[in-house]
Amino acid sequence: MTATVVTTTAVPDNPSPLVRGRWAVSDTLAITRRNLLVWFRVPAYIVFTVIQPVIFVLMFRYVFGGAISVPGIKGGYVNFLMPGIIAQTAAFATFGTAIALAQELQKGVIDRLRSMPMARSAVLTGRIVADTLRMLVTVLIVVGVGYAVGFRFENGVFPAILMVLMAIFLGVSICVIAAFTGLAIGDEESVQAFGLIWLFPLTFLSSAFVPIVSMPGWLQAFANNQPVTYVVDTMRVLALGGPVTTSLWKSLVWLIGILAVFGPLAVRAYKRAS
Amino acid sequence: MPETNSGPAILVEGLTKSFGDVHALRGIDLVVPRGTVLGVLGPNGAGKTTAVRILTTLLLPDKGRALVEGRDVVREAAAVRRSIGLSGQSAAIQEELTGRENLEIVGRLHHLGKAEARIRASDLLQQFDLIDAADRYAKTYSGGMQRRLDLAASLVGRPQVLFLDEPTTGLDPRSRLGMWDIIRSLVAGGTTLLLTTQYLDEADELADEIVVIDHGLVIAAGTAEELKSRVGGDVLEFTVPDRDRITDAVAAIALVGESEPHADKETGIVSVGVGGRGSDALVDGVRSLDAAGVATKGLALRRPSLDDVFLALTGHAAEEEEQRVRRGRSRQKRAAATNGARNKAGKDVS
Repeated sequence: MTATVVTTTAVPDNPSPLVRGRWAVSDTLAITRRNLLVWFRVPAYIVFTVIQPVIFVLMFRYVFGGAISVPGIKGGYVNFLMPGIIAQTAAFATFGTAIALAQELQKGVIDRLRSMPMARSAVLTGRIVADTLRMLVTVLIVVGVGYAVGFRFENGVFPAILMVLMAIFLGVSICVIAAFTGLAIGDEESVQAFGLIWLFPLTFLSSAFVPIVSMPGWLQAFANNQPVTYVVDTMRVLALGGPVTTSLWKSLVWLIGILAVFGPLAVRAYKRAS
Repeated sequence: MPETNSGPAILVEGLTKSFGDVHALRGIDLVVPRGTVLGVLGPNGAGKTTAVRILTTLLLPDKGRALVEGRDVVREAAAVRRSIGLSGQSAAIQEELTGRENLEIVGRLHHLGKAEARIRASDLLQQFDLIDAADRYAKTYSGGMQRRLDLAASLVGRPQVLFLDEPTTGLDPRSRLGMWDIIRSLVAGGTTLLLTTQYLDEADELADEIVVIDHGLVIAAGTAEELKSRVGGDVLEFTVPDRDRITDAVAAIALVGESEPHADKETGIVSVGVGGRGSDALVDGVRSLDAAGVATKGLALRRPSLDDVFLALTGHAAEEEEQRVRRGRSRQKRAAATNGARNKAGKDVS
């Protein structure tokens, strides 16, 4: 074969694992870059990822804040609220993941990419990396807005960073579910309509916005035992101080569990996507 | 590995694929010699796209085997992907990016260096007459420009074998002719091409060899001329406004035609192959219908279309077939575009 190959683009027949590993990274970066470029250029995405969370902060802080009492929280409702809203922001950022993948599938972009000699994993990993960066930007903006309306980290810088990381970990887990949903449903409008509707009860029926004790008993049973509550409780401890309870390891078990289940499902949906 | 460089560019043997109850492919064989163009002709739902998706490693076949450049599309999928390009039915481009960015990213994903990807993108933009629009967002492009950009993207990796799945579906006539020119120049450069289409004239213009697919089976193969000769040359077609007189019209026109007339009871359209007799047949037809006292509308002579080839080969029209298949399928496919284009093909009077 060597005698007939003259173009510089020719690649060895069986690239070594090292070469393939390098491609997997460079392909992921190329897809990440592409996705970020698209994000910057669609005003709707910016509104969705920046303005909407800010509106949530202001609405809860000033509209509902006065009516919700949070005994025992240093700094009052705004300090109670912010970890919850940050977690919700990270979770909602994944709407974009599901919609973008469904769109690419519908338009044939994924077919094109899958027929190319690139790392097949890169479409998913590049999407998740780009969306995680986007999520981080959104979360930091929300933290900033929180500071402007009276929120303060009461537990030092390092736990504050851990709190942000915890939110991102939640976001990435849900991002993987969103990737699976987007690819499995594969139709942009359906994804928009009900692909991620479950995120609303999951985030609102948790400890994110109100103390769970204020809910009716049957609801408490759900709210007390679902991952968003564990994550928000952990974040609150990291932000405001206090004893680390079982919520930390329960969060980690949930999030790792979600990744372990939905990671392979998303990969499978990608491979079968049509 | 010299054995990979001999033999045909595409070899398909006994390929089958089913989606639940829908048997998309029921055992097809294809051979495409290097540097030639195979036109795969068939109505929507015939199995064309399924075949392309298997050959481009997007879908696993149920049975049979397929080799592209001597590589098995299942076991050596990665090697196959290095030698192919695919341009599908819709423009698989990122509309929020410029034409140049689209091609550069595809270049990077083909593992070209940054500078090389940039040069390749510029070359292709030039070649496809997109250089003036290179730095505009692709969403501002016309349909024809988007399809050209999509085709350019499929060529970034300098494929030896190119798959074009209905490259002109939904394009206006002018863009369609432009696309044909581009495809011709690619083929002149030695690329092997597998082209699917619903239009006989497209296959006629571009393909060395044509296979007709229906119901997931190859029902005919040959050159465009060979297929058309099965229809019996030109077609005389007219509409009978009074549906009760269709039988009389068929009887009258059967005297003139060289093949069995075909009548559609719903639309009142009657057609018959008249061979190479051209305007003589037209005159004879008018006389014969007049003698029978049947009023007609829009009597005209036209070149044979895909529908005529289908009628001749299968005894049913491609469109009837398509409706049947579409009802059986959950996913609706570009109905408007297809029907529009078919109407155009139907009006193709010579």
